[in-house]
Amino acid sequence: MSKAMSMDFLRPMTWAEALAAKAADPEARPILGGTDVMVELNFDRSRPSALLDLTAIPELAEWELRDGVVRLGAGVPYSRIITELGDLLPGLAIASRTVGSPQIRNRATVGGNLGSASPAGDAHPALLAAGAEVEVESVRGVRIIAVDEFFLGPKRSALQPGELIRAIGIPVTGGPQQFSKIGTRNAMVIAVCSFGIALHPAQRRVGTGIGSAAPTPLRAHAAEEFLGAELDWDGPLDRAVANRFGELVAAAASPIDDVRGTAAYRRHALSVLARRTLTWSWEEYRCV
Amino acid sequence: MRVTFTVNGSQQTVDDVWEGESLLYVLRERCGLPGSKNACEQGECGSCTVYLDGSPVCACLVAAGQAEGRTVRTVEGLSDTGLDPVQEAFLDAGAVQCGFCTPGLIVQAHDLLERVPDPEDAEIREALAGNLCRCTGYEKILDAVRLAAARRTAK
Ligand SMILES: Cc1cc2nc3c(=O)[nH]c(=O)nc-3n(C[C@H](O)[C@H](O)[C@H](O)COP(=O)(O)OP(=O)(O)OC[C@H]3O[C@@H](n4cnc5c(N)ncnc54)[C@H](O)[C@@H]3O)c2cc1C
Ligand code: FES
Ligand code: FES
Repeated sequence: MSKAMSMDFLRPMTWAEALAAKAADPEARPILGGTDVMVELNFDRSRPSALLDLTAIPELAEWELRDGVVRLGAGVPYSRIITELGDLLPGLAIASRTVGSPQIRNRATVGGNLGSASPAGDAHPALLAAGAEVEVESVRGVRIIAVDEFFLGPKRSALQPGELIRAIGIPVTGGPQQFSKIGTRNAMVIAVCSFGIALHPAQRRVGTGIGSAAPTPLRAHAAEEFLGAELDWDGPLDRAVANRFGELVAAAASPIDDVRGTAAYRRHALSVLARRTLTWSWEEYRCV
Repeated sequence: MRVTFTVNGSQQTVDDVWEGESLLYVLRERCGLPGSKNACEQGECGSCTVYLDGSPVCACLVAAGQAEGRTVRTVEGLSDTGLDPVQEAFLDAGAVQCGFCTPGLIVQAHDLLERVPDPEDAEIREALAGNLCRCTGYEKILDAVRLAAARRTAK
């Protein structure tokens, strides 16, 4: 292979080594599951100075539950979230089931989804709804970023030079959670739009996350406030409340027309997804 | 760079690997294992499916260096003696036309039957959702997986 193609391959065995390597070469491209990075390399869309392989660092592929928060290592693949975390993090597990194919889910990670910061990333609505925090670190220290402050624009995140994603802290809400995604098939689709919801019964609050319908994934703040004020937590779900919730979620989005769908379709679909997922969650809440 | 990993039971050391190269390229072009196919290089078709540390993955999306010290099993390594029952079932059910998708489907179906010996049709479809075939229309592929499951459980 020619010199023009030269690139380093760095494979730290510890987190400290990884941070040092990223500090020494801020352009080094982290790689976990590689399901975004390798597509770019295979098609020559990017040629980083180095690949920084994080898959040899054991703790990135682990999760732990402490004080009601799951600290999910950046490198835990979706297939393990589905099998190991369905009870603790139901919304993220449902979203994980919709990612790619089994082969993709065996490799792809939430850390990589955040690293790519695509508006269509399927983990994002679930993380927003649950009120997750992203734990990032560099040789300068650790920063905790609320996930709704993590996305700055299409494929742009709040990560600063030299920072790596270590873990995602996801509160266990104990309430029902749902995620729903519109696509042309049941597998292997980028969302036309998607929606995640989490009931936080202890706080009498509902969390939301919208995907693929704005420059970044985002919460529907007005819709959350509306439910906070209007929901009767001891009674059945009022249809009018559910419909209004759907409208407010659709209003929070700023979708565009593209090859996957029109803005008008996305808005309409979002209002339906929001109403439906709220209804499903409420049925589950009332049954337990 | 040099990469050392275990493939189909034996340790291999490969030299002069380009840092941005995929595991698929290493297997096909450097290890003499052309069973895993290269069709899309973007994770969409599943033709390159191999086991990596026991889980099926798209070899086109694994960087060669990520396989360092790991264990890979390709379609060539499913059986020590002749054909694996899944391979036989694909032949007997007529699930092979041009054959390009076959190795990936076989590895993926092999994994399914290891985990779920007697899968429902919905489980088969779900397991094979990431494997594209442009020839067969999939019906014979489903037949093959059902046949392999029946033969394996009969044993
Ligand atoms: C066929 C196919 C289907 C797909 N389907 C879906 C889908 O349905 N839904 C969906 O959301 N996505 C989908 N994707 C995209 C991709 O799988 C996801 O974005 C996945 O979560 C990326 O994770 P990864 O571990 O593979 O990331 P990688 O490719 O390893 O990395 C992705 C990005 O994050 C950066 N990064 C990785 N780790 C870190 C870290 N620790 N700190 C900082 N930056 C880091 C990388 O440098 C890169 O920019 C699909 C991809 C393919 C190829
Ligand atoms: S060649 Fe790897 S998925 Fe198509
Ligand atoms: S047999 Fe030709 S692609 Fe499947």
